[in-house]
Amino acid sequence: MDLELQLRIKNLTEKNNNNKPIVILGSSDAEGTGIVAETVISGDPSYAGPLTGVQLGLTVYHIFEPEIKNEVNQDLYENKVSIMEIALDVESIIEELERIRR
Amino acid sequence: MLKGKKVIAIGERDGISGDIIAECAISAGAEVIFSSTECFV
Repeated sequence: MDLELQLRIKNLTEKNNNNKPIVILGSSDAEGTGIVAETVISGDPSYAGPLTGVQLGLTVYHIFEPEIKNEVNQDLYENKVSIMEIALDVESIIEELERIRR
Repeated sequence: MLKGKKVIAIGERDGISGDIIAECAISAGAEVIFSSTECFV
């Protein structure tokens, strides 16, 4: 995960510590989803960025997950998101996130 | 779950962009504090 993005998320989380942000991902595969989720939950797995050894413990969902999908305006989701559900492997993305959140 | 919450939207160029995630989160009553579209490849 990009070092600049790690720093940005670290700073935003510290600034909003009393109301920790929820991270919503739009990644295209399980591997990328897993790396980003792991980084913002337990720290940078590549030991290269500002989140190395930093456990932000953020709540992470993918936009495809029902917890998010069901709360979004359904017309908007249908028009802008659902087409990508056909192109991407939704099941493996969700499985990866469930594994990391365990 | 999203209503009144602060959200960080991390999209991907080959997936769903940060802007679309942000739009969706706002429609659910969240406040988007940061959004970006990455290229993980």
